[in-house]
Amino acid sequence: MTASLSLQSVSNQYGSTRVLHDLSLEVAAGEMVSLLGSSGCGKTTTLRLVAGFLSPSSGRILLGGRDLVGVPAHRRDIGIVFQNYALFPHLKVVDNVAFGLKQRGIDAAERQKRAGTMLERVGLSELADRYPGALSGGQKQRVALARALVIDPALLMFDEPLSNLDAKLRIDMRVEIRRLQRANGNTALYVTHDQEEAFSISDRVAVMNAGRIEQLDTPEVLYRRPGNAFVARFVGYENMIPMRVVERDGASVTGEMAGGAKLVLSQDQFGPIPDAFVLAARPDGLLVAGAGNGIPVVLGLRTYLGRTYQYRCQSAVGELVANGSVEAQDGHAVLVPVAEQCCVLKPESR
Amino acid sequence: MNARINPLLVGFAALVMIFLVAPLIIIIGASLSDTTFLTFPPRGLTLRWFENIFAVDAFRSTMVTSFQLGVFGTLLSLLVGIPTAYALNRFRIALPRWLGTVYVLPVLIPEIVLGFSLMKSMIIGLGVPYFPGLLIGHALLVLPYAVRVVSASLASFDFSIEEAAISLGSHPLKTFFTVVLPNIRSGVIAAFILAFITSINDVSVSLFLTGPGVSTLPIQILAYMDQFFDPTVASVSVLLMLVTVVVMAGVEATLGLTFLTK
Repeated sequence: MTASLSLQSVSNQYGSTRVLHDLSLEVAAGEMVSLLGSSGCGKTTTLRLVAGFLSPSSGRILLGGRDLVGVPAHRRDIGIVFQNYALFPHLKVVDNVAFGLKQRGIDAAERQKRAGTMLERVGLSELADRYPGALSGGQKQRVALARALVIDPALLMFDEPLSNLDAKLRIDMRVEIRRLQRANGNTALYVTHDQEEAFSISDRVAVMNAGRIEQLDTPEVLYRRPGNAFVARFVGYENMIPMRVVERDGASVTGEMAGGAKLVLSQDQFGPIPDAFVLAARPDGLLVAGAGNGIPVVLGLRTYLGRTYQYRCQSAVGELVANGSVEAQDGHAVLVPVAEQCCVLKPESR
Repeated sequence: MNARINPLLVGFAALVMIFLVAPLIIIIGASLSDTTFLTFPPRGLTLRWFENIFAVDAFRSTMVTSFQLGVFGTLLSLLVGIPTAYALNRFRIALPRWLGTVYVLPVLIPEIVLGFSLMKSMIIGLGVPYFPGLLIGHALLVLPYAVRVVSASLASFDFSIEEAAISLGSHPLKTFFTVVLPNIRSGVIAAFILAFITSINDVSVSLFLTGPGVSTLPIQILAYMDQFFDPTVASVSVLLMLVTVVVMAGVEATLGLTFLTK
């Protein structure tokens, strides 16, 4: 069974601090949405509110049309995968997986059968009779995943499920999670602080900041067209260059930045450009060049990234981070914006 | 490795061992002496003083009382102590820090003061009969062990395990018994043993709460010594020691003694 999740103007208060501000979020049935943000942004609070471990101070939480506020946590039919696995140490792997089925009154033989099938699906059949203490981190997380999936919950939730695993395993596991969630068709809410993880695993991502959703979109849109500076920074636009338009000629617009340097940008590439704007650029969106239509800088510290070099550059708007080849040496240069790795933001956005 | 041990240190360690062990040997020796007075080394060997314990009514009845107090007082303290320890750990952030200390007070304040104040408030003030009074007194005396030892167990318990069980459909109360309790089992057992031994060997609190017809074994030993000075006192002490040793051996066999000192 799967259901849509709807948060309507949910607020949460801890003491006198507001942790969530009128948060609204719709997750369609079968969709996987990530809550992405740094610690303290309210993403875990949101998850705990949906789980029923916290109560909202106002707002409604609907799961498949049913209002969850007032429904105790054990009656919400939500499977959760926890960061630290949270397996039952006193139960064998198979009994861990069967735990939720037991609570649903399913008889022992059927429980064992379903738990066994689920363990097979996560590739742990041969470990069914072990205790969790004897498993590796990745195996534990698979058991936790199986335990949440086997009850076929209305909603699956993940609370930073991969942050205790090493890098290689993290990538394997996120593919695994996505595969199983897709196959089962579960609606899922995935909490993480890792942008790459959120982007790779979700249908849509909600970038959160200070108890609010800054932007909720597909990973592609977030990556290419962030809605404001916060989201832009979060997805890797490290350089923010405030500019104003000094000349318009058809699609091409000439912008001037502090210090008087001018750039010609094409609205065909950047979309409509307002009179005052911020040019946001990833490090690979500013190419170090000897001359051309660019931002004049003094090259500083150079670090080697494998494919390319990265330079810390001094400019009239402060330090900029740009990529370039080894030919570029210390001294003066210009940074040429690459449209695909830059975007134009409204200036009023933070 | 070139470990040099200071001979002074060896001597000192030996002295400590002698002081710890010698009284026990003397008591064991004296309890076996075939004389009508306490003496060491024993003259002749007999077990009649051990038989005498069971021949003296007061020893028999107080032994039963002490055992009842040890078991039921400890159970009572666990009944209060386990939920207390749970709350102290589960809601640690929300609770004031000093709250945990309150439950250790019976260990911190002199036992004689605890005994006196309990007598004043319960026996004299409220007219509580002797046995229930003793039971409450012993439960209170051992409560710190219940709270502290169970707390130590809960401190390493990950409460998201409890949340996992609840999210899977288990009622919170049921979760406590099926998920939390099995994972702090060894802590509960350790708390029971420490509390039981403390209760069985207690004098100070019991002294104030016993009365005509109701007494504990250690109090009876004191009373007996007032009138007689035969080796029965030594043999009853050896018996108390044996109970402690048997319990400790039980711990060692099941959990390991280091478990209690952790």
